[in-house]
Amino acid sequence: MKSIVLFTALFILANFAGGKTIELCSSCAVKTLKTALNIADSGDVIRIKPGVYNAWNIEIDKPVSIIGTGSVVLDGKNQGYILKIQANHVRLYGLTLKNVGLSYTKDYAAIYLHRVQHFKIERCTLRNVFFGILVEKSAHGIISGNKVSSLGTGETDTGNGIHLWHCNNVLIEGNHLSRLRDGIYFEFVSESRVLENLSENNFRYGLHFMFSNNDEYAENEFRQNGAGVAVMFSKFIHMRNNKFIQNWGSASYGLLLKEIYDAEIISNEFRKNTIGINAEGSNRVHYRLNNFTENGWAIKITGACYENIFERNNFSSNAFDVAYNSKMNDNRFHGNYWSDYSGYDLNRDGIGDVPHRPVKLFSYVVNRTPESVVLLRSLFVDLINFSEKVSPVFTPDELVDNAPLMKRAQ
Amino acid sequence: MRRIIWYSLYDLLRSRWTLVYFLFYLALGFALLFLNNDVSKALITIMNIIVVLTPLIGTLFGVMFFYNSIEFTELLLAQPIKRQTIFLGQYLGLSLSLSGSLVLGLGLPFLLYGISSSGSVQEFLLLLTAGVFLTFIFTALAFNIGLSNTNRIRGFGSAILMWLFMAVIYDGLFLIALMVFDEYPIDKFALIASCLNPIDLSRILILLKLDISVLLGYTGAVFQQFFGTTRGMFISLTLLMLWVLIPIWRMIRIAIRKDF
Amino acid sequence: MIRIEDLKKSFGKNCVLNGLDLEIEKGGVFVILGPNGSGKTTLIKSILGMVNPDSGQISINNRSVLRQWAYRSDIDYLPQIANFPANLSVAELIRLVEDLRHKPTRSKELIHLFGLQEYLGSKLHTLSGGTRQKVNLVLTFMFNSELVILDEPTSGLDPVALLRLKELIRKERANGKTIIITTHIMSFVEEVAERIVFLLDGTSHYEGSLQGIYELTGQSNLEEAIAQILQQQYAQDNLV
Repeated sequence: MKSIVLFTALFILANFAGGKTIELCSSCAVKTLKTALNIADSGDVIRIKPGVYNAWNIEIDKPVSIIGTGSVVLDGKNQGYILKIQANHVRLYGLTLKNVGLSYTKDYAAIYLHRVQHFKIERCTLRNVFFGILVEKSAHGIISGNKVSSLGTGETDTGNGIHLWHCNNVLIEGNHLSRLRDGIYFEFVSESRVLENLSENNFRYGLHFMFSNNDEYAENEFRQNGAGVAVMFSKFIHMRNNKFIQNWGSASYGLLLKEIYDAEIISNEFRKNTIGINAEGSNRVHYRLNNFTENGWAIKITGACYENIFERNNFSSNAFDVAYNSKMNDNRFHGNYWSDYSGYDLNRDGIGDVPHRPVKLFSYVVNRTPESVVLLRSLFVDLINFSEKVSPVFTPDELVDNAPLMKRAQ
Repeated sequence: MRRIIWYSLYDLLRSRWTLVYFLFYLALGFALLFLNNDVSKALITIMNIIVVLTPLIGTLFGVMFFYNSIEFTELLLAQPIKRQTIFLGQYLGLSLSLSGSLVLGLGLPFLLYGISSSGSVQEFLLLLTAGVFLTFIFTALAFNIGLSNTNRIRGFGSAILMWLFMAVIYDGLFLIALMVFDEYPIDKFALIASCLNPIDLSRILILLKLDISVLLGYTGAVFQQFFGTTRGMFISLTLLMLWVLIPIWRMIRIAIRKDF
Repeated sequence: MIRIEDLKKSFGKNCVLNGLDLEIEKGGVFVILGPNGSGKTTLIKSILGMVNPDSGQISINNRSVLRQWAYRSDIDYLPQIANFPANLSVAELIRLVEDLRHKPTRSKELIHLFGLQEYLGSKLHTLSGGTRQKVNLVLTFMFNSELVILDEPTSGLDPVALLRLKELIRKERANGKTIIITTHIMSFVEEVAERIVFLLDGTSHYEGSLQGIYELTGQSNLEEAIAQILQQQYAQDNLV
């Protein structure tokens, strides 16, 4: 219903813009997309009727809308790209694109955009792709409601689902990405937003971005990806209400932060990851109201991390809440909830009267000798953890939460 | 045999210690579930207690019961009963009574709390299974110690040492070995070493259902392949079973040769 | 009835039975005497199968009993220390032992004889030593077996109970039973014994009738007779 309303509105709009509509079907006058594009003028709408059409390396070089009505399948027959968009104001809607060529030298994609602006790719299904949507040096676009998946078996024969390089002001919303190398990949992308996407079962990262500043990631869910989510070399990132779930493996993270400055990580959920957040060389990051539940490590801080603030986060039933590999601490833990906390609250103000030390000695041991994890929660390990808690020798002295919450932060 | 089990049970069920042990688990179960309301945290706490306490209680009650009933044992020895029947019967009586305290003491609060609807049934059952195994194992070891030491002080001393070794020292040595040799491939060693101590084995079995599984990925393939599969579970349970059977076999062997 | 041949048993370096030969005939009261550590209890326990001899042979009614267990259903045994499961009552303990043997018993009669009716419901750990010994005696005699072995039966008994015990022993002897007793109380031996064996250092130093030991030593009193045997033994030891 919603799509019909939207469609009618767009149709009217298109008519106001003065463009004409070209119908495409196997029994129509126009039988192939190539012909339709040849006869189309700027602002025209190409409406494709249900059916399967062979289409590869089709260049869209004028601002047109291509709209699938019903089940419209463009079969690339593994020949290379399917659609190459080279004009501004191109809109794709409701198409199914499948069988993109596989290459070890070229990044073949179902939809390839190069130096374009104001593009919209909506409600398309991309199956058996190498790359899904590959966007280069473009801006002001919307990629929303698409499904991208491949039949690949590993990192070598898959590409990325939505891959942006040197872009800005792009909205990526409500897409579903699975069985790809990286679900969403950003490099040199700024002022963009990634909202409400589901990225799962990808071979490398659910979301991977580098050198991308001032972006926002919210309400996404990343689950069972080979190595979780990696965020590197970026500034002013906002991440909120995302879910990072069940990323298992020796190099697997809910969220990997590397050289991240001035970011905000708020109200995210990390559940059942080998490592919830692995932070390396990340400064001035503000962690607030995140839930860390049943992870191996909730937060692992490796390498120099300064001036980070952790407040009002909930740490529940993690094997290790915080791991540190140096004796230096310049980060602030304040007012978090720790399910391991064993203190009391005599004045009943909801804040424990005894400071909490979230770093366990055993987490150092496991870091050094991973096999020792089999001794987790044994009496001996509890004893050495306890003695370290009473008189810290290996863990940073000042790494304490002075105001641990008695109940979960809401 | 059934009579001896029955009378040992009967004797124990009426002793204060069994009641105290039962009430302890009952109180623990209620306190953890109804004051805390977090089942997975409660399960971890219970696991911590079970893997330490069931061996300790099994060991101490084992030697205590053995020494306390030695005169009664002598009375039985003069009766037309096979020796293995006497000792096996007393052993089973004690193990069953201790296991009963554990299962009922923890089971009742969980039943009242509604564990069956909370989705943690499997973890909980595994917890109880491990507890029962540990009780049977350490009671058997305690009977071995009792049979081998006529001197009660020495018997108690050895029993406490044995518990201390299995519950703490073994893991300490294990950890030191892991850290000293961490440049070598030690995952197989770690696997074997953790299978050789029933306390470690039970702990890992329970943790697999709780929180160690997310960490196993970190340790490499050997652990994951072993513990992550039904086969691993089967092998672990078989090993625990051997840990029960071998001390029982040795107990009977000593009992047959011993002079009273 | 019982034949013991070349029985040897050591506990560590301590040789307790050193090639003991003994023949106990059917019927009558047979008392085993000897100082502490002479092997009395070990001998009894060997007969009962509670101690495994290092070598030698024990047979009852011409059948070897070593490592057997079923033969014990025809033996009534009174152990030296009567310590029972603390939480059972007297009645429960009696029922337990009756259960174990599946044999008809005369426990009621014996309970009456030793005046234990009022204690039936009491827990065993609340009883005095003497009362426990009475319970012990009930447990021993209630099966009415052919062979009765009593290890220090008089310990802790009050005079009345001791009298009852002696009557019981006499009655059982009259019924043709074989009764083997170890004891320290010489007057008790003189009252009940027909045949005695005197053990010292794991071998028999006298075996025969009570009368015989008087004749042998020229004494009229058992205590002195025993003392004389001991002295002779020491004298021999010193010569060697």
